[in-house]
Order: sequence, then structure tokens, then C-alpha cells
Amino acid sequence: MNISMVKALNNGLRRALDEDAKVLLVGEDIGKLGGVFRVTDGLQKDFGEERVIDSPLGEAGIVGTAIGLAMRGYRPVCEIQFDGFVYPAMNQIISQLAKIRHRSAGDLALPVVIRIPYGGGIGSIEHHSESPEVYFAHTAGLRVVTCATPQDGYTMIRQAIACDDPVVFLEPKRRYWEEGVVSESGESVLSLHQSQVVCPGKDLTLLAYGPTVATALDAADASDRGIEVVDLRSLSPVDIDPVLESVRRTGRAIVVHEASLSHGFGAEIAARIQEEAFYHLEAPVIRVTGYDTPYPPSRIELDWLPGVDRILAAVDRSFSY
Amino acid sequence: MSMADKPLRLLSPDGALELDPRLPLDLGTVDLRALYRDLVLTRRLDTEAIALQRQGELALWPSLLGQEAAQVGAGHALREQDMVFPTYREHGVAFCRGVDPVSLLGLFRGSTLGGWRPSECHFHLYTLVIGAQTLHAVGYAMGVVRDDAVSNGDENRDTAVLVFLGDGSLSEGETNEAFVWAAAQHLPVVFFCQNNQWAISAPYRTQSRIPAAERARGFGFPGLRVDGNDVLACLAATRHALDMARSGGGPTLIEALTYRRNPHTTADDAGRYRSAAETAHWAARDPLTRLRSHLTSTVDDKFFAAVEDEARCLAERLRVGCRAVPEPERSSPFEHTYAEMPADLRRQHQTYLDSVRQ
Repeated sequence: MNISMVKALNNGLRRALDEDAKVLLVGEDIGKLGGVFRVTDGLQKDFGEERVIDSPLGEAGIVGTAIGLAMRGYRPVCEIQFDGFVYPAMNQIISQLAKIRHRSAGDLALPVVIRIPYGGGIGSIEHHSESPEVYFAHTAGLRVVTCATPQDGYTMIRQAIACDDPVVFLEPKRRYWEEGVVSESGESVLSLHQSQVVCPGKDLTLLAYGPTVATALDAADASDRGIEVVDLRSLSPVDIDPVLESVRRTGRAIVVHEASLSHGFGAEIAARIQEEAFYHLEAPVIRVTGYDTPYPPSRIELDWLPGVDRILAAVDRSFSY
Repeated sequence: MSMADKPLRLLSPDGALELDPRLPLDLGTVDLRALYRDLVLTRRLDTEAIALQRQGELALWPSLLGQEAAQVGAGHALREQDMVFPTYREHGVAFCRGVDPVSLLGLFRGSTLGGWRPSECHFHLYTLVIGAQTLHAVGYAMGVVRDDAVSNGDENRDTAVLVFLGDGSLSEGETNEAFVWAAAQHLPVVFFCQNNQWAISAPYRTQSRIPAAERARGFGFPGLRVDGNDVLACLAATRHALDMARSGGGPTLIEALTYRRNPHTTADDAGRYRSAAETAHWAARDPLTRLRSHLTSTVDDKFFAAVEDEARCLAERLRVGCRAVPEPERSSPFEHTYAEMPADLRRQHQTYLDSVRQ
């Protein structure tokens, strides 16, 4: 079945609602409207207003009440409308959601999923194109994952909902409408936190996640080198062993993300590679990312975002060592 | 209602019963002795914890001195199935809820980050970030509604949520979001604001020009302003509000006007921001003295002596128990961070164990 990521996520949410009466969806405009990206289209009609809840406007409220619902035994799936709107909820996410299992010595599990459409490239206005993943990945107690394909949208959202820990589920909004084959039968061979080689190659390891996986694949396609593309899929925990295995084979690594360069996820990956595969490296680990500035006006966003040309230039740089 | 309006009360400061039709209470259902006992034991718990802090056994203690009636009154209005979300000063409510008083000390001793099982006590862990717990209470109440545990007319099933907040919390965005959600969804939640008039050094006028209870109407639910040093008024108001919540009548904000007679915590110096005369004024309106004065005509000295004995035993138990609180397990930072420890964290755990063993 060839469907968009939006439809795949919708199908995954529908199946989760169907399979477990404790699953609830909460968010702004997710009912009749189906969410601003239509990810929850038709779900309120089929599951009712008590399970697909149109919330008041208030992101702290969405996450804070989800914590209370989880304490009562529910599995709330929150929708934050856009990446740049999640910050009012940060106290609830970082100081409460991430820590309550630990503080209660395991007495209280909080199986809460926070879905966030993230990243740029859709020509949107300010606060609608951000990549806040590292704020969450830096917080103990949260799991942070991101899908890059419709198939992963379908399987990973179900796995995230089934997880007994809080999961920040990042959806690359500029891939929402790209279609792919989705199998809805059978169990996924990959767990929620596994990375995956999506294009084999012997010369260089190109690491990406979420919106930049497709960009990385385009770059691999355009390059005359044998580029291995790894979709990290999970940022916390990060499935580092397959990454190290790949880098030990290729001796070169490039990390790509839309988020700003400094203190970004690429820095973590580069550190891990040099700590654990130092003697296999033929060149320094290179980062191809957004810059340390606010996200730009959308008419110039493609210059700011890491694109195929910048990745190919980095490939050349790696081979110049 | 204006700032000058007197809060509702049922016991005058000298202990005379002054029933008020605006705050009905069936005295036949009130165990005055049990209330008095819990007031005394709560105060003793607090006094002992301060002493333990002074002796270096606790790092910090937020005293509730002066707020015993608000907490014990509210605590006695609860039913077993009700859920409570405290701030970090509700030692009296914790006591009424059956939380082991020794376990209250662990957090302040640096031995634990929690200390009791909220799922068993129906008393959530203390929340230190001001106002955050109000939203947890609202979400829990949303779950109660979805569990069909309101307005069944079954007193063992119908459930309310009682959340505590202070006057400082009224200014937090999350508290105001909680009011919005509770009102819009007509949830079975009672907001119990102990207006103790000071948020560390900020007096109430820093937060508001009107009484806290008056704010409720703007959000769309009733507010009740009671004398927080009158245990009967606090009991009556909370019972009424919890009954409303359980029967599907929606939320209530109770403002219990009281006074934080001690500094914010043992680390605070209240002498820098308020007068001794003000503290003395409120010491003369002591909630324990008030109920004791009321009881003196009907209760003999043996009862008071027995309560004092019980308080001495509690103090002894706290002194011994505090020193016997187990040290945190070396591995405890790694436990329960996730349902299942990720492989990376397992590696860090091993490194940590190797380092602390050396």
C-alpha cells in the first residue's frame, strides 16, 4: 500500500486507539479539523470526543494533564501543533514527565507520547520550522525518536504508544506528504530504538535522521563514491553499535541534521565515534547542519538547511584527508 | 467579596461555635477529638523536623507552623479513593492520608527524591516546582471522568481530586491553565489554596489585588474563602467542595486564609522582610488553641494528656526513624530512570560502579 506519512501516522494512531481503550489523543484542533496537518483526520468522529480530545490552547496544560491521565492509567498521545510551540510545556516535560518514574522509585509509569511536527523546508513562517530534538535528548527519562518514512511513521508511533516510558515523537513535517509503501501486517523487525542502514556503501558512512534521511539518500545517489546511509531513527537512546560497525568499515563519517551546529546531536555522534572507533578513522567526523542562528525567513531557508550540495562538498572534504 | 470581607468561619478565635448557614456542617459527623489529635501530631511532626534540621539531620525543612487547621481540616474531608496532589508543605495532609511521617523526612534529608508510593497512599509526591501539580490533578480528574467514577451516587466509587497550592502559585501560568481546563471540562477537582500570605519574601499583594477565591468566578467555578485557622471551616468547605466534585458539580477553589508563622524554610530569614509584630499577631490566632478552647468544656484533661503522650511518642519515632532512614543505594540514580535500562545507560552504570568502588 502506497501512502503518505500523514496517512501512515493516522492509520497507526487509529490502530492504537482500536487496540487499547486506554489510549487517548489530546491536542489543539485535533478533533473535527483533524489537526493542522490532518494526522488525526477522522479519528474523533470514529472514537468520540472523550478519546480524541480537543484541548484548550496551552501546551503546559496538554502535557501536564497527560501526566495526570497517565497516573490514572491512561496512555495519552499529545499533539503539539508545531515545534516552536513546545517550549511553554518544557517545565512539564523536563521537570515532571521525565522524572516522575524515577522520583517515585518506579511506582508511577508515565506512558505519554508527545508528537511534534518538526523541521523546516515547507515555506512556513517563524516558529514553524524548528528542530528542538536536542533539548529532549539531553533529558534523562525521555525517549526521543523520529521517523523518516511512512512505514516508520506507522510502526514507530504504535511502538511509542506501547512503550511504558515517555516518548518524544518527532515527525519531519516536510516528509509528511511523501508517499511510500507501508505494510500494516506483521510485526516490525526493528525495535523503536534501532538504527537502520538504508543504503549500503563501503566508502563513507552518512548519518541522518528524520527529515534529512531523504536528503542523505539523494546525496548518496548523486555521489560516485560508495556511501552508506544510516537512519538513526532514535536519538535517545541512540543505537550506536551499528553506527560504529559501519564507520569501522568505511573509516569516514558525516552527520547531517537541520538543527544548529554547536552542541547539536552531531557533536554527540562525533564524540561517540572518536571515543570508540578512533583508530579506524581516516578523516575527522564532519557535521553538515543548520547554523547557529535563529531559523531564517523561509524564502532563504534552502540556503540555510543542509542540502545535497553541502553534503557532497563534505564528502569531498572527508576524502581530502 | 473584597479584601475586607471576613472569611467564613465556624469557630471564633476564642473557641466559641458560630454556625453559619453559608457553610453548613453536620456536627454529628465530626470527630472533634480526632481533629484535635491530628492538629497536635502534625505540629509535633513539624517541630521535630525543624529540630532535626538544626541538628544537621535534615538539609532543609519547610515548616507548616500556623497552617495545621487548613491541612487537617482538608485532610479529614477526604475519602479513601480520592487523590491528593500536594505542594511540598502538606505534612499535615500527608499525616491524615496515612503517609509514614518518617518517609516525609527522606526527601529533606537527601536520602530519596520521593519517599512513598503515591499509588498506595493516594497522595502524590511533593512537587517543588510551583504550580506544576495543579495540571497533574486536572489530568487525573479527566481520567476519573473517563473511568465513570463521578456522579454514580456511590460513595465508595465516586472520586474527587484535591490539589494544594499556595498564594504564590496563583501567579504561575500552569496554575491558571489548570483553572481553565478544570472549568471548561467541569472536572471533579478541588483547588485548595492555603493563602499563608507570603511566597518566600513576596507578600500576597505581589500576586493579587483581590482575594484568591474571587478569581474562581472569572474562570467559571465557585470560590470559597474560609478562615484557614479554623479547622471546622476548612473541613466544612472541603467536604462541600469534594461532594460537589464527586457528584458531577465541577471544580471549586477554596482559599484558606492563614499565615506561615515560620520562615519559608529553615534556610530562609523572615526577619529581612516582615515584622515580628505581624508574626506575633498571627501567633495569637493559633489554630490549635482555638479548637482546644472549644473542647475544654466537654473534654477532660485525660484526653489532652493522652494526645500529648502520643505526640511525645511520635517525636521519639521521628528522631530515631530519621537517623535510621537508609542511605540511598549507590545505584539509585540509575534505577527507574526508564522502565528498562537502555544499553548505553547500562554501560554508564558499570563505569559508575567501577568508579565508586575504587
